[in-house]
Amino acid sequence: MSDTDMQKIAGRSSLWNDRPSPYCPGCGHGVVHRVICELIEEYKLADNCVFMAPVGCSILAYTFLDLDVCQSAHGRTPAVATGIKRSRPDTFVLAYQGDGDLASIGTAEIVHAANRGENITTVFVNNAIYGMTGGQMAPTTLPGQKATTCPGGRDAASGMGHPIRICELLQSLDGVTYLARSSVHTPANVIKTKQAIKKAFDVQLNRKGFSLVEVLSSCPVNWGMQPVESLDFVANNMAPQYPLGEYKVDGVCVAPKA
Amino acid sequence: MGERVLMKGNEAIAEAAIRAGVQSYFGYPITPQNELIAYMALHMPRKGRTFIQAESEVAAINMVYGAAAAGMRSMTSSSSPGISLKQEGISYLVGAQLPAVIVNIMRGGPGLGNIAPSQADYFQSCKGGGHGDYHLVVYAPSTVQEAADLTAKSFDVADRYRNPVLILGDAIIGQMMEPVTLSEIQPDPPPKPWAVGGARNGRKPNLINSLSLEEGVIEEWNWLFKAKYEAIKQNEPMLEMLRCEDADLILIAYGTTSRICKEVLRQARAKGLKIGLIRPITLWPFPYQAIARAARKTREFLVVEMSLGQMVEDVQLAVLGDAAVHFHGRPGGGIPREQDIMEIIAHVLANKRAGAITTRGTVIDWKAS
Ligand SMILES: Cc1ncc(C[n+]2csc(CCOP(=O)(O)OP(=O)(O)O)c2C)c(N)n1
Ligand code: SF4
Repeated sequence: MSDTDMQKIAGRSSLWNDRPSPYCPGCGHGVVHRVICELIEEYKLADNCVFMAPVGCSILAYTFLDLDVCQSAHGRTPAVATGIKRSRPDTFVLAYQGDGDLASIGTAEIVHAANRGENITTVFVNNAIYGMTGGQMAPTTLPGQKATTCPGGRDAASGMGHPIRICELLQSLDGVTYLARSSVHTPANVIKTKQAIKKAFDVQLNRKGFSLVEVLSSCPVNWGMQPVESLDFVANNMAPQYPLGEYKVDGVCVAPKA
Repeated sequence: MGERVLMKGNEAIAEAAIRAGVQSYFGYPITPQNELIAYMALHMPRKGRTFIQAESEVAAINMVYGAAAAGMRSMTSSSSPGISLKQEGISYLVGAQLPAVIVNIMRGGPGLGNIAPSQADYFQSCKGGGHGDYHLVVYAPSTVQEAADLTAKSFDVADRYRNPVLILGDAIIGQMMEPVTLSEIQPDPPPKPWAVGGARNGRKPNLINSLSLEEGVIEEWNWLFKAKYEAIKQNEPMLEMLRCEDADLILIAYGTTSRICKEVLRQARAKGLKIGLIRPITLWPFPYQAIARAARKTREFLVVEMSLGQMVEDVQLAVLGDAAVHFHGRPGGGIPREQDIMEIIAHVLANKRAGAITTRGTVIDWKAS
């Protein structure tokens, strides 16, 4: 076979500029970005797409993504995305948020964007910690998990609250068309994540309303773990707390099946 | 005497607040004040006091409002973007006459900016910030020791005037380590018969509120607040003056920039230049009178800030044309350099010209700009 016959079947997305990733070794953000980039390429959306960068570690997405990026105040991404989508209904709007951004300071914005059935797609990266600010408790921090603002471990009985399950929380809203929870701790789960995000893309492209995929992800640095250990933590500790699978399909609630 | 320890400014503020009897702390993570919330998370529950990591700064300041309404010494801390979110709540605290202590460890802005030191929230701190006609008492510490001492004092001042107090530091004040002597404090909050909750024992119901639709009531309240502000202006201004008696030029700076200016003063005096320094410790009430008095003797003032020029407007108001006011500032996280300040001093004293030095080392005419 000559060189010219060779077909590229795998490789880095062309939307990923040749710049170093700002993420720590073993971080899930890069994998989720890759999946999103591949889908944007596959659907040829790059020419009319806005990537909504949150306040969190992925705020730096603009440094290496060859996409229009809009960065908003902490937690306000769903509101800003609403403004963009209502102004430009033909633009593909991808909102990317962390757990502090979406499930703490931005709960009002995400609930109401979902409730209005905004035709946007949200990828919600749940790493059970505040990464960017150095490891404080997140609304999704597991019971007993330590963080700088719960040095003795998260304890609901002491008034620190319970882990918030965003898929379950948003399930009841009629504006929501598609909801799923996935993970990126093994290649098989990365493939499922891609399938789920693809369905979420389809919802927006068919103007069917609000879609969200929650992705369980690792933050080895702030969990104080080695990268491989952190993947086990996702499988053994996070997944039982946050069951994987689809929660809503075509606007109909379903029971999640991993 | 208390114990002498090495601490970060953020931690010293937290420890001083605990010693001053803060009963409830509410915060939300943000750099460069994270050591403060982490310290509170560790130490407040151990003492049986309230610590909550709120879901947002908006929630945190409203939790402070509730705790203060219940008569507790309460506190929140954040950095610039988070302090912007608290402005609504701060206005309500003032309107309802609730004492509280708020800490702003400033970072470069506007917007998300960066996490470098800045003094760009001077206007927001001293000239309003939220809606309505109001003032906060604003303290600007320049050492870790002073950060601790002013924090402890803030609780008393807030209680005395039933008005929120702001501690205004920056990333350097918050994160540098210095030795600090922490003294034992016997907190002595005044009785708060206005607070809601607790056994009434037959007293009339209390109301914590900032609203009245009855004609003239809010105006009347504002006159009351005005009387309070006049008393604060009388009693609370604090400043430090160094070598001003014979000065040909007086530097004016607060917080971190005043530390830089102290070194400039030392170098300039060593060269025989007669330089003085005024360091406002309260930014509101601003020490207008002391500066006005100095302006009768000294003809040149150089204001140095980590901003595009905010406190300089108050210095101009203070001197009212009696002296020339020059300015040097670096915005967005830039830190003024000693050599740049020395250069502008030489320029002003030798050439008798107005000027400011930008970060790129070019002298521009400050008055014309
Ligand atoms: C109003 C405001 N408050 C606080 C912050 C500080 N801050 C930056 S990122 C962040 C949380 C990040 O956590 P998460 O959303 O879980 O994302 P991750 O970094 O883990 O991906 C916070 C609190 C801010 N930038 N603005
Ligand atoms: S701090 Fe955590 S979330 Fe942020 S880049 Fe590092 S591993 Fe990822």
